[in-house]
Amino acid sequence: MKKTFSLALAAAMLVLLFVGCGNSAKVLNVYNWGEYISDGSEDSYDTIAEFEKWYEATYNENITVNYDTFQSNEDMYAKLSAGAVSYDVVIPSDYMIARMSSENMLLPLNFDNIPNYANIDPNFKGLYYDPDNLYTVPYAYGIVGVIYNANEVDEADADGWNLMWNEKYSGRILSFNNSRDAFGTAMYKLGIDVNSTNTADWDRAYEELMVQRPLLYGQVMDEIYNMMESGEAAIGAYYAGDYFTMLDNQADTVDLRFYYPDPTNYYIDAMCIPSCCQNKELAEIFINFMLSRDAAVANAIYTYYASPNSIVFNDEEYLDELGEETISILYPGISDFAKEYNRLAYRNLSQDMLDYINTLWEKVKIN
Amino acid sequence: MKTASRIYTALLFIFLFAPIAILLIFSFNESKSLSVFSQFSLKWYRELFRDEATLTSVRNTLLLALTAMIGSTILGTAAAVGIQRLRARWLRASLNTVTNIPMTNPDIITGISMMLMFVFSGRLFGLANSLSFWTMLIAHVTFCLPYVILQVLPKLRQMDAALPEAAMDLGCTPIQAFFKVTLPEIMPGIITGAIMAFTMSLDDFVISYFTSGAGFQTLPIRIYNMTKKTVTPKMYALATIIFFVILALLLISNLTDEDSGRKRKARKSKTID
Repeated sequence: MKKTFSLALAAAMLVLLFVGCGNSAKVLNVYNWGEYISDGSEDSYDTIAEFEKWYEATYNENITVNYDTFQSNEDMYAKLSAGAVSYDVVIPSDYMIARMSSENMLLPLNFDNIPNYANIDPNFKGLYYDPDNLYTVPYAYGIVGVIYNANEVDEADADGWNLMWNEKYSGRILSFNNSRDAFGTAMYKLGIDVNSTNTADWDRAYEELMVQRPLLYGQVMDEIYNMMESGEAAIGAYYAGDYFTMLDNQADTVDLRFYYPDPTNYYIDAMCIPSCCQNKELAEIFINFMLSRDAAVANAIYTYYASPNSIVFNDEEYLDELGEETISILYPGISDFAKEYNRLAYRNLSQDMLDYINTLWEKVKIN
Repeated sequence: MKTASRIYTALLFIFLFAPIAILLIFSFNESKSLSVFSQFSLKWYRELFRDEATLTSVRNTLLLALTAMIGSTILGTAAAVGIQRLRARWLRASLNTVTNIPMTNPDIITGISMMLMFVFSGRLFGLANSLSFWTMLIAHVTFCLPYVILQVLPKLRQMDAALPEAAMDLGCTPIQAFFKVTLPEIMPGIITGAIMAFTMSLDDFVISYFTSGAGFQTLPIRIYNMTKKTVTPKMYALATIIFFVILALLLISNLTDEDSGRKRKARKSKTID
């Protein structure tokens, strides 16, 4: 009696297990950064819902998109490399793409299914993380600049990276709270290659960070939004797109300004298809949809990041919505972008180098 | 002395409730900022109820918490009854220790080891997605179990062991005796255990983070992933709603408790009369 009962229970659980997996409707699993797509809030365009609608209208077939988010490249990498989940489209940053493709975690795209790829600006093709344009379609890019409160900071002091080391503003400066970006500011300031494999270079950057340390109000990541908006801190470095988010919310007593120091950091996030993909053609159709006019413009407006899609940065509605001044900051018109990008963007470093940097970073944090 | 203790109490309450108060106030803010209160508005509440992704994650969280609660309550009660019946004392003690491991183990270790196990068994069956709702459910039932067992065991110990025996003497089958006598007797423990399991499951982040699969993200995971940019004020609105729902539930449960307490007292005094 007991035995039959437990056998029945076990069988029921097994059945449940497979019911959970066997789902016949077409499913597309998308893995993207949090808050990185136009999602219908505040009357914006609901990208995922629109894609489902469009797909059903075009192919006469129902589809479900599972849209999940991650918080950092490393989180995403951990999930995928453990083989724990299968996603069809992921949108990591450049250095993580380089790492994933070197570990055979990406599938080459079939560009016959992505005709809209032709609209990608040629500056964003053949970059170091994908030199032969096999695996990626760029989604958005950003450039690091210095943000300051003009009510507190003298315009004349807004001079490259030096502002973040200016003793006049001791206790008013914010620095990045992650090793790569924090060391990056010091290395750009000193004119060192940020991808240097020479430990002496990193030691010099470390010395520079120790000079900056007593001047800092704090080392922050997303806390920077509230601190800059409220005037709690006066100087910080962040991405151009994020500066506009702060500008929208700044207090009456704060007057935020922005400029690019030279040299500075560039990043690109790109759509790719990981090797665990279950439906490659569908994934490519989705990528193509993301490049179409309505979706691409809506996403660029929503995220405030610059778009590599020529349809977007030539679109009347987009230019009107953001305004001339915003556009001129987001798209500073860098000549020979690809070369600048390849020179200045962060690359994936060897584990030994990363360990060395982390040891230095811990010393910065302790002091 | 009295004023000092009053000040101490006041400070204590300020530290406890100031964060919630701030969240509550800024959920009614017109602008996105956490520093500037521009104007009273219900905008973020409207936005919240239009945000399908967030509502889905709330539904996911509730579904998971409810199923985990049901699963762990049934399994936990059965386990407690089994442990209580064990004659050998060393066996009982060691079983108690073993069941407490998921509770005392750091969440991150439980989370990672669960994920590894699921991936391993997923590969064994050749599944593409080894993580899903079901793996999350298994993980949640696992870490909720000890809380149920710990609530039910003392009730079983308090119960007079002669009661179910008497029921069987009077013609009950063992199963009838369990459902008619033992179960009502230990019910308060089961309910407390169930509530604890529900809350533990509701606010778990670490274990969920490691065991969540494609297409099933819970609310804590969704909020965490927003921190790359800023957490939108929609979340303040959501937190405010959750806060008031829980407050209401607490008030109701406290009031009914007091009510039944009073009734019980009244009954007792009547019988004495």
